[in-house]
Amino acid sequence: MIARLARWFDDRLAASNFVRDKLNKVFPEHFSFMFGELALYSFVILVVTGIFMALFFNTSLSKTVYEGAYEPLRGVQVSQAYASVLRLSFEVRAGMVMRQIHHWAALLFMASIVLHLCRIFFTGAFRRPREINWVIGVTLLALGMFNGFSGYSLPDDLLSGTGLRIAHAIVQSIPVIGAWATFLIFGGEYPATEIISRLYTMHIFLVPGIIVALISIHLALVVRQKHTQFPGPGRRDDNVVGVRLWPTYTALSIGLFFLVSALLAGLGGLVQINPVWLWGPYEPSAVTIAAQPDWYVGWGEGALRLFPPWEIRAFGYMVPNPFFPAALLPGLTFVALYAWPFLEARVTGDYDEHHLLDRPRDRPVRTALGVVVLTFYGILLLAGANDVIATELGLPIIPFVYFLRGAVLVLPVLAGLTTWKICRDLAGRSSLEAAREELAARTEAAAEAEEAEEEPAREPAEASQAESEQPDAATAGRSGSGSGEA
Amino acid sequence: MSDRALFVVRVMLVTLVGVAAAAVSPLFHGNPLPLVGIVVAMALLYLVTLRLPHRAGPARADSDQGGPGRAANPGNLAGERGAASARIALAFLLATAAAVGLTVVYARGGQPQLEGLLLLVALGGIGSGLVVWARKLLPSATVSEERGPMGSPVDEEQATATAFERAEEGGKRRGLLGLLVLAAGWLGIAALFPIRSLGPGPGRKLFVTSWRDGVPLVGEDERVVTVDRLRVGEIITVFPEGHHGAADAQAVLIRLAPGQLRPLPGREHWSPEGYVAYSKVCTHAGCPVGLYQVRSHQLFCPCHQSAFAVLEGAMPQFGPATRPLPQLPLRIEHGELVAGGDFSEPVGPGFWSYG
Repeated sequence: MIARLARWFDDRLAASNFVRDKLNKVFPEHFSFMFGELALYSFVILVVTGIFMALFFNTSLSKTVYEGAYEPLRGVQVSQAYASVLRLSFEVRAGMVMRQIHHWAALLFMASIVLHLCRIFFTGAFRRPREINWVIGVTLLALGMFNGFSGYSLPDDLLSGTGLRIAHAIVQSIPVIGAWATFLIFGGEYPATEIISRLYTMHIFLVPGIIVALISIHLALVVRQKHTQFPGPGRRDDNVVGVRLWPTYTALSIGLFFLVSALLAGLGGLVQINPVWLWGPYEPSAVTIAAQPDWYVGWGEGALRLFPPWEIRAFGYMVPNPFFPAALLPGLTFVALYAWPFLEARVTGDYDEHHLLDRPRDRPVRTALGVVVLTFYGILLLAGANDVIATELGLPIIPFVYFLRGAVLVLPVLAGLTTWKICRDLAGRSSLEAAREELAARTEAAAEAEEAEEEPAREPAEASQAESEQPDAATAGRSGSGSGEA
Repeated sequence: MSDRALFVVRVMLVTLVGVAAAAVSPLFHGNPLPLVGIVVAMALLYLVTLRLPHRAGPARADSDQGGPGRAANPGNLAGERGAASARIALAFLLATAAAVGLTVVYARGGQPQLEGLLLLVALGGIGSGLVVWARKLLPSATVSEERGPMGSPVDEEQATATAFERAEEGGKRRGLLGLLVLAAGWLGIAALFPIRSLGPGPGRKLFVTSWRDGVPLVGEDERVVTVDRLRVGEIITVFPEGHHGAADAQAVLIRLAPGQLRPLPGREHWSPEGYVAYSKVCTHAGCPVGLYQVRSHQLFCPCHQSAFAVLEGAMPQFGPATRPLPQLPLRIEHGELVAGGDFSEPVGPGFWSYG
């Protein structure tokens, strides 16, 4: 039956060669190669749950008196958008689960993109010939951030409304065009009436469409250029060592998809997220405390909080304060991200093709820079929740802000220097030496711990195989055999 | 690593996740049960795949059960495969049962927690079954595939360039190409114009609000504010009558003890009977400045922690805000509070032409 169907298609497409070639494709294995897959699968789940939700959402900001199933808000004036989210959550069967899975999936989507980005950066996988995919990936990061923000802004609840208010101020702060831009985007003077329906169109149609297109190109380029691999026995710049796409890799990858879905379903069903009925409907004059955005835009919020009270006023014009931390900083961040592969090639003079990955320790400057950047944005992220942290720890907020202002400047430098030193110290040790030391220590420990069941000492020739299951296989520069996937 | 060590590591990982879950449980309104439920369910699914060599193939060094020893010990191998099949079957059966349960729960009206849990087991069962299948039964040979450099050979590049050059004949009319670019360029510019349709221009709207001289103040209850409405130290949100809820006109009205306020020059008569009103829109990023600390006479913005000195013209004292909250001139007419005009400055976050 299947054979006949296959023949039917092949008679019309002559695809046998192509298909066989793809089935035979070789993928190297390493747990860090999984982050991109995680992002892809979270996106699939976002699309599936998102389609369901889109069928129930109402974009209107016109007011209605809430009469739905959620008792505490009955009789309260809310927008149609807010009411439709409550209806989806409390009255549509499976609506609550879908909505919460969607939100959790968005958080995981962004987390896996960032992890994926870190993997690519620290191992030098962006070098020629993969600059194009780096640029596409950075674009996907930006689109993901936008779509996450636009998505959680839709319910028109007090928390997201406050976020939109701040976003409005940030756009308004852009020199020359700011005020015009806000009037066009919001359809008039804040709050106007258009923003939710416009964000909705972007969120469910335009941006996902672009994301799908870019993911397709992203994957097609991976197929075309073949995956990178860590250095190791038999692994060279002119080959790729791993398992074939069919059937093992396929089964593993689909298995991973189901496991990710399982995790998200569990979170979506059991762990409450963004309970908009507790925040209440948005009112421009209502006060929100402990207002934190989702984590992937939290660093922008942190930058807004820490930036000192400076703004530029000259010649009858103004560059307002939010411009610097919330428009200029993200702008520069993305310019730097886009430019990195080209910048690095220029600085190192290394314009050669690379298919073998760097061990982070072998590139101390790059690794240290990466740690500087991660520390910087990590502290900004913490600063985005400075009120919550101060309350939880019983700290007075004002000194805490001063502390964070210092920390965000000092700690990244310290972390970078430390990383550089560690890299330099480690780089002296070859991976083989490291493996031998590791093996010796392990054998010794095993002999002490369990005399009867100690592992047989391995022949030197076997050592290379043994490494593949060392816990530090990643840092030893060997491709651990997917040890993170089980 | 021996399977026993692996087992210990896995148990530790699961425990770690559990501890982390308990640690973040305050975020979920102090109820750790959902997270414990997830951890338990994931741990159950994990048990299905437990004691599983990572690679059943030759690359595997854990040779006491599988790996290179496999070929040498076919009996052991068959047993191992049988055990794996049993685990896979168990996982899929578990998934089936959960999926059946899901249909029942849905048909009976649905229940979010149960739906999530059953989905977790159904999806997780399929997922872990597939992973065990791939790891234990499917071929796992590590193979090497050649790859060449990405660039095309020079002669191919040449041939492609030649193909493009076919257009040289008849295509190289510089004047015509210029006109084509001109037409397309202008069309592109014209195509940008509909952006203007998205909304009205800002005009003077950012400079003015609906406060006018003589407009009464109304509270959130839409009642006009009378002189005896507030006691000293109290605060309410007010709007211009007829514009209740207006985002740019919202103001906080605070009653101070007489003589407490140190009015700015020119504003000596803006605060009758100790009443003083400031814009409620933060001059930093526009959040409502609604937290009033009576002891220090400070207005706090909940978003970015800017603090404004109520007694000194709402000058910023801390945080990212650079400008004071605009003040609303007040006077009293027939025992009611009315505005003496619009705010002292444009309200809310700054913008290019603010000045």
